[in-house]
Amino acid sequence: MNKASTWQFLRTIMQRDLAVALRRRSDIINPLLFVVIVVTLFPLAVGPGPDILGRIATGVIWVAALLSALLGSERLFRDDFLDGSLEQLVLLPAPLPVLALGKISVHWLLNGLPLVILAPLCALLLKLPIDAWGILMLTLLIGTPMLSAMTAVGAALTVSLGRGGALLSLLLLPLFIPLLIFAAAAVESTLVGTSAYGQVLLLAGLMLLTLTLAPLAVAAAIRVSVN
Amino acid sequence: MWKWLHPYAKGEATYRLLGAWLPWLSALAALFVAVGLGWGLFYAPPDYQQGDSYRIIFIHVPAAMFSMGAYTGMAIAALIALVWQIRTAEWAIAAIAPVGAVLTFVALFTGAVWGKPMWGTWWEWDARLTSELILLFLYIGVLALYYAFNDARTGAKAAAILALVGVVNVPIIHFSVYWWNSLHQGATITKFEKPSMPVEMLTPLLISIAGFLFLTAALVTQRLRNEILKQELHRPWAQQQLGVEAEHGV
Repeated sequence: MNKASTWQFLRTIMQRDLAVALRRRSDIINPLLFVVIVVTLFPLAVGPGPDILGRIATGVIWVAALLSALLGSERLFRDDFLDGSLEQLVLLPAPLPVLALGKISVHWLLNGLPLVILAPLCALLLKLPIDAWGILMLTLLIGTPMLSAMTAVGAALTVSLGRGGALLSLLLLPLFIPLLIFAAAAVESTLVGTSAYGQVLLLAGLMLLTLTLAPLAVAAAIRVSVN
Repeated sequence: MWKWLHPYAKGEATYRLLGAWLPWLSALAALFVAVGLGWGLFYAPPDYQQGDSYRIIFIHVPAAMFSMGAYTGMAIAALIALVWQIRTAEWAIAAIAPVGAVLTFVALFTGAVWGKPMWGTWWEWDARLTSELILLFLYIGVLALYYAFNDARTGAKAAAILALVGVVNVPIIHFSVYWWNSLHQGATITKFEKPSMPVEMLTPLLISIAGFLFLTAALVTQRLRNEILKQELHRPWAQQQLGVEAEHGV
């Protein structure tokens, strides 16, 4: 097995996943709409005053992002599992963690990246002070790959259980806590005028750790689920 | 060493070994818990600040310690189950998780009961409390995944992977929560700063900790025995075992 062909497999799988996902656009758009709607609900619930909204904006946007990651998780492996292509993936003469990383990347491109782009709209709706928009987008940019990777672990574990939705949130949400804490702290320290450098670096470190280890866990989970 | 260990990959051998340990573990657990709690609750001197209400420490601290210890044990079992594909280790996950979850709950509950008179509130978003609560969620997640599958083997392996993912995350969660807490509320209440305990309090606490260790071990042993018997029910030795136990009225 030479290196080049592993990369070929990876590229083919990413192209295939992109093509499949782009033919079902509602699966991409619905989690994003979900975030916007959740964000819309909060001013209605706690009142439209900028002091409250600006205070909770980061938390609301991030929690909405976590929940929408769960919503979009089914797409990762469900169809592949049902039509048998997940088994073919396992049988490919290429390391499964690398292929898993490819699937995670595509998932991030379609679920994570749009969220980063959508963030200013949510920040506007929640009256987050404009100085913090940049750092909010930065935390989302660093955090969403982590979300995609962790979600992939959960999705691979529960893929063979018809309806794993509630179980998936039980498994994954506790693991999202460090991400939520550091991201919120980064925005918070920008708001109070101190540097968010440390938090951003911590987030970046966590992201690298997750992207390194999660594909291994995803591969192990796929093997268990396909068996 | 491997030659010696290998028979215990089989359910029957492990069942007998655990059976030999169980009476000793149970006796030690009963002895140490009784002495530790009896001494701690009735004879140890009251605290000069907290009065008698500090006595819940003799339950709270051991429970909290072994709630984390049990998770480590479960993760080790998960690693063995995944790497060497040993089924006994898979069952050990199911045996340990509920015990650990209950210990975590006990730690949270006694913490709340202790918190009410000491800090005037049942719940405080303190770092230790929060990470203990998250630990409870992790236990529940492992248990839920273990029993979610129709095929027990798949469930056990999935739960093993989750336990390992969890054990990588536990320190990260722990420190992030610490950090979050210190950022938000500064030095409001840090209760566990141990003001070096006098010997009269420390001794019963240590005895109680040892008691909880034996208690945890005994409970896990019994649960693992049950699990082995349940899973191996189709094997002759298990049926024979049940028949023998029924005759002796055990």
